[in-house]
This record gives sequence, structure tokens and C-alpha cells, in this order.
Amino acid sequence: MNTQEIIARCEHLFEDLRFGAVKDWKAAKPGRKAIGYMPIYVPREIIHAAGMLPVGIFGGGDQLEVIQGDAYYQSYICRIPRSTIELGLTGRLDCLDGMLFPSICDVIRNLSGMWQIMFKDKYVKYFDVPQNYDDAIGGEFYVHEMQLLREDLGKLAGRPVTDQALRASIAVYNENRQAVRDLYAYRAAKPWQAPTSELYLVLRAGCVLPPEEHTALVRSYLSEAAKETRPQRDNARVVLTGSFCEQPPLSLIKSIEMAGCYVVDDDFQLIQSWLLDEVPVTGNPLEELSKAFLHHSTSTSSKYDEKKEDKGKFLLRQVKERGAEGVVFAAPSFCDPALLERPMLQEILARHKVPYTAFKYSENTGQMAPIREQAGTFADSIKLWSAA
Amino acid sequence: MSTPIQIVPGTRTPKKPPQVQKEDSMWLQKELINGNYHELATAHEMNRKVSATFVPGNLNELLMCFNFARSLPETNALQNGMRKKSGKMIMDAERDGHSEDVCTYVKADLGMMLQGQVGPTGEALPTPDVLLLSYTGCFTFMKWFELIRQKYNCETVMLHVPYQGDGKISKNMRDYVLKQLKEKVIPTLEKVSGVKFDIDLLRQYMRESAKAEEDLVWTLQSAKHKPSPIDGYFGAVYYIGPIFTAFRGTPEATKFYSVLRSEIAQRIREGKGPVTPEGEHPGEKYRLVVEGPPNWTSFREFWKMFYDEGAVVVASTYAKVGGVYDFGFRHDPEHPLESLAEYCLGCYTNLNFPQRIDMICKYIDEYQADGLLINSIKSCNSFSAGQLLILREVEKRTGKPAAFIESDLVDPRYFSAANIKNRLESYFQMVKQKRTATAAH
Repeated sequence: MNTQEIIARCEHLFEDLRFGAVKDWKAAKPGRKAIGYMPIYVPREIIHAAGMLPVGIFGGGDQLEVIQGDAYYQSYICRIPRSTIELGLTGRLDCLDGMLFPSICDVIRNLSGMWQIMFKDKYVKYFDVPQNYDDAIGGEFYVHEMQLLREDLGKLAGRPVTDQALRASIAVYNENRQAVRDLYAYRAAKPWQAPTSELYLVLRAGCVLPPEEHTALVRSYLSEAAKETRPQRDNARVVLTGSFCEQPPLSLIKSIEMAGCYVVDDDFQLIQSWLLDEVPVTGNPLEELSKAFLHHSTSTSSKYDEKKEDKGKFLLRQVKERGAEGVVFAAPSFCDPALLERPMLQEILARHKVPYTAFKYSENTGQMAPIREQAGTFADSIKLWSAA
Repeated sequence: MSTPIQIVPGTRTPKKPPQVQKEDSMWLQKELINGNYHELATAHEMNRKVSATFVPGNLNELLMCFNFARSLPETNALQNGMRKKSGKMIMDAERDGHSEDVCTYVKADLGMMLQGQVGPTGEALPTPDVLLLSYTGCFTFMKWFELIRQKYNCETVMLHVPYQGDGKISKNMRDYVLKQLKEKVIPTLEKVSGVKFDIDLLRQYMRESAKAEEDLVWTLQSAKHKPSPIDGYFGAVYYIGPIFTAFRGTPEATKFYSVLRSEIAQRIREGKGPVTPEGEHPGEKYRLVVEGPPNWTSFREFWKMFYDEGAVVVASTYAKVGGVYDFGFRHDPEHPLESLAEYCLGCYTNLNFPQRIDMICKYIDEYQADGLLINSIKSCNSFSAGQLLILREVEKRTGKPAAFIESDLVDPRYFSAANIKNRLESYFQMVKQKRTATAAH
């Protein structure tokens, strides 16, 4: 497949809100099971080791008309829970045998209980992660929580999840994460060759494909993209942050690029790059996953920064390492984690003289003109400053 | 016993001051709260360290062991809301870059800082020496203290309380909280205060807590009487004040709850209903259970909409936000740290949805309520996200009518009196019709 064909395939997977790829995977072998997870992080290795397909559920996007889901939420709640409920109530998630709701915010947390009530025949779990990063405290808690998940999924699968299977799954995801890291590095080096609107689709494919297949897809995209010759523009290099849960519509990403910005880093699909280093495939697998989470994972606003000095460090590093000239804060409306974090990060950026701009969106935002205008003005101002 | 008193008018209100009635316990409560603000204002000159922490999962007895003066930012915000000061604070915070979408408690607090940190009573509040981040049942708490830390650079210690996602407290959850208490919280409090931890002192405070908790539960459950001698939402706000804030574990709180209990016992003997700001309740026509916090900026106006129609709130989930005591939990001096862990894990907003629904249904049944009213708060996703499902489920399970209104905690822009009044009146009509229909069958 060439780049266009790869992207066309990813776009098809992205737009398929009936999750045909998941159904196909299940149909290929009787008894297979799929487990959905919401943003931002769950240890997919455990699901994979149970022989199940982890499926990322990131709301309904801008193609889904939300009718029933709106009846469950007030106007001041973000859109992702209502479109997720819509997906559930319209049978689109019937292919899932369970759902995991990670610790990200109160809305997703409460959705876990709603799911327990609304979809009683499914396995539902609120998956807590520690906000204490000591191995002996938060680590021990987290290992127990993972062990519970492992036991639950073992029961669902009809066979225990062995250490050996876990280690094998860690290895599979290590490869996947490395491929994603390579993709990000390539995009940062040559953003005109791997536009973010394409990178995004390649990443989203990882929500529904088995990790082995996704890794191959990423590798294949990287090799095909390198063969292309695309024009390099004098765009502003920006880091986009705040979009880790409810996703912006694809047209919004395209609008930012069309307005003169090269997105050289982002937090769209954090789960795929959450663990920053390779997780050892020796030793106790849950302990290794725990250590990776506690000591070598990404920073985002749903995680507590133990020290004041830690705040913004990760974002500044993204700016520096990716050679970004500015930061775009793009957060979903009513997103507590992103919007409460934003002023702190802005203060730090201002102190380091990194220009930034900010706007809000929802997954079904349709009016792109204001965003294009804002992003364009931001890109122009960066270019003017750097020229000065 | 109730005493009519004169409210001191604000400098800009030329209106005739209203007569407000309060029970003696309410005055005692006010005295305690105001006394605490004075204690905070003078803490540093008295060489005392100042802590700040949140209402759900607050470790008041533990903080007292280190002689901290204790500030609770939510209480500061709500007190400012009741005194009509929060609107400007919120707008100041928004002008300072905070989103209009986020919690107004946070913005009222940050706005208060921008205005020179003058507290609700007019005395300047000190910069905290330690932020005890009890991350219990509310995600926003974490960001709130990160924001304050960024501003003041003060020591912060996190107590992460896992959520009861499966509807129970596991050993793992309890051990995790306990370990944090022992290895993180206590050493930090020792370091900041310079005071060595004394577990016997903690036990002593907890004995007081348990006594007060017993009387609080008795008071809240007195609403099972007909007529109810208390209002379990608007009135309960006064009752929970001391125990949910800086007084749990103090002899003052024990005294307060003992006085309160005697007052309520007297009201039961006399067959009286609750005291309202305008005197005796006009007569109980509707018994309601309320879910969600109240609006503070128009608290009296909001309450009046209920008692004018003869409605009494017999139980509320908000009265459990700083601790669920009515199902048997008490602070246990014999197992002080374990008991603190259990307390934090059991706070209302740390319960999962099925547990919250069970609790409301139980209240409707045990308090013989006519229905459920949800006051959905824009600021508070922890309470509000999913409340419409609670409404449906409770209606389905109890057969009692439920209604939904929307307001905010301390943002006066989100209190639409006419709208709320209309909805309440329609709801009371609905309850009446339902009763008539039930009687006819």
C-alpha cells in the first residue's frame, strides 16, 4: 500500500462507528472477546495477554448525531460522555464484552457507574491509577489493581492470564510504542512529509486494530511517507496540547495545518505513547508495568505533579526537543483537567518566552473559520517575531 | 428555642434589614465559624502554622495534632457566596485567565487571592504553610491545590483516596490510604509544624468526633418524624458546618451537637416543624429528598421557594458530603489511622453511581418522602455528571416523582430565580397529583 492507500484505510477505520474491524477480528475466531477503554490510559498489555482485543473508545466524533446521549447530560458537560452513551444505546458497542473507564476526571469516573447500570450484561470497571509515585505505596496499590483486572479478564476469558502471556504482550506493546515514537520523531523532523492529519489517522487505527497489525501499519506508513516528495512550507512549528480525551474533529487538525502551523507534537492519543521507555520483559510483569507508569510515563493534567517544579517541565521539553516555536492549547469545552491546567502551563510558557494561543472545541465543532483565523494569526505572529 | 435577631445590613443596601430567625445552635455555629476565621487571621502572629484542606476527606483531628490553624477553601468560597462577594471574585479570576467552564469554588478562591486574600469576615486570611490535598471524590481538588501551590509555593502533600468504582472499599484501597497517611502525610505535617505526632492525642480528638457524629446522625434522622423538626438540606447546612470543617474532634463541636440535639428533641416534643429564616415553617405539605449541593449566592431566596410552598427537605445527599455517618461509620479512637482511611473512602462523592442511587432510594423510603429533587450544580461535575440517570433510576425504583433544577455554587450568574421557582411549583403540582392519583386507587 502507498501512503494514500494507508491513509484511506485508516480513515475508513476512523469513520466506522460500527466498529467493523473489531467485529471482523472477533468473527475470525469463535470465542474472541474485545474490551473497550476510554482515555487516557489503561495497561492494554493485560487485555492483550488475556487474548482479547483492546479497543479505544474516543467518543462519536463529528459524524455521530447525538440524540439519546443528550438526555443524560446537562449542557455544561463535555460531549464525549454523551456521544459514548449514544454509541452504547444505539448498539454500536455491542461488539465489546467490557468497558474500562480510567481515572481521568469526574465525568468519565461517573460514566463508569452509569455504564454499570445501563449495560448490566457487560463487564465494567473503573480503573484507578495511583497519584502517589512511590513503588512501595502507589506502586503496590497499582499492582493490586492490575492484578484484579488480570483476574477479572482471566475469568472472562475462561483461562488465567499467565506471567508468560503478560511478558509477551509487553514485548508486543514495546514494539508498538517504539513505532509510534518513531512516527512522532519523523513527523517532528519532517512535518511536511507526515502531516498531523495523517499521523492522527494512523494513530486512531491503533484503537481498533490488534497491536501487532498496528505496528506494521505504522512502519509501513513511515516507509511510504519517506518515499513521497511533498512541498515544505514556511509554517510555524507548534506543540498542540489539551486534546487528550475528547478528540478534535479531523477537520480542525487540518484547519490548523492549513492555517500555517506544523504540529510537531501533541497529546491526542496519549495511551499509545504513555510509557516513555521500553518496559522490561523480564521479572514480575505487573511490577514492571507499575514502575514504567510511576517513573517513565508521560505528564498530563490528570496526573498529579508532586513538586511545583515539575509543572510544565514535560511541555517545555516537548517544545525544546521538537524544535517548536509555540504552543496551541486546544481543549474541549468543559474539560476540567485541561482547562484547570491551562493557566499554570501558560504562566510557565510566558516565563520561558514561548508564545501560545488557546481555544476550545468540541468533537463535533463545525465552524472552522474562527480556528483557522486564530491559528493563522498565531503562526504569522511567530514568523514575524522570529524574523525580528 | 429560637431567637429573632437583626441582620447587620451591608453598606450598599439601603433596604430595610430583614428579620431573621435562627435557632440557638445556628448562632453557636456562626460563632464557631467566625471564630475560626479570626484564628486563621491571627495564626501567624500567634506563631501557629496554617493548613488548608478540603471538606470531603478532611483530616481535621490529624491536623489538630500538629496545632495547625485550619482553613477550608470550599467553605471560604461558600461563605463569600452567601455574603454576595463571590461574583466579582469569579470574574477577576476569569480575567486572570481561568476558563468560564471550570469550578466556581476554585475561581472564587483564586479571585479572593487576587483581591488581597481578605476572608469572608473581612479579616485577611494567611498564606497556608501546608496544603493537605485530600483527593477524595473530586478531581478538581487536585488542580485547585496545584494552582494555589503555583501561586504561593507552599508545601503540598497529596492523599490520594481511590474511588469506590466497584461499590466497595477493598483492603488494597484501605492499605493504600493508610500507607500514605503514615509515610507521606504525617511526616510532612511533622516537618511543616515542627510538632511530633502523638497518636494518643489523635485518639482523644477522635473520641470527641464520635460523640458529635452520634448527635449529628440523631439530628439528621429526626427528619423521619412527621412533621420533620428539621430541614435536612437548608437547615442541615448549619448542622454540618462544624463537623465538616475545622471543628470535628473539638469539645466545641461536641457541645454544639449536644445543644442541637436538645433543641431538636424539644421541637419533636412540641410537634414543631423546622425553623426557617422567617420563623416557624408554615406547615409540612411536601417531604422531599434533595441530591446535589445548594446554591449559596441566593441561599435564602432558594430556601424560601421551598417553605413558601410547604416543602421540607427530609434528607439530602449534600449533608453527607463531608462524611457519611448515617449507615454506621464513626471515627474509631481504637484504630485511629485506619478509621481516617475508612472515613475518606466513604465520603458521598467517593461512592459510585449504584451506591448513590441506593442511598437516595433508601432515604425516600425511610424518610417517607414524596419524591426527589436534584439541584444540578454547573460547577460540580463530581456531583452533576450523570444526575439525569439518577433521576430516571430513582423514579423507576421508587415510583416517586423526581424533578431537576440547575444552578451553581457561588456564581450568581447561574441562579435564575424565576426559572427555578416555576420548576419547583410545577414539581409540587406533580407531587400533589401523584398523591391524589395514588389515593384514588
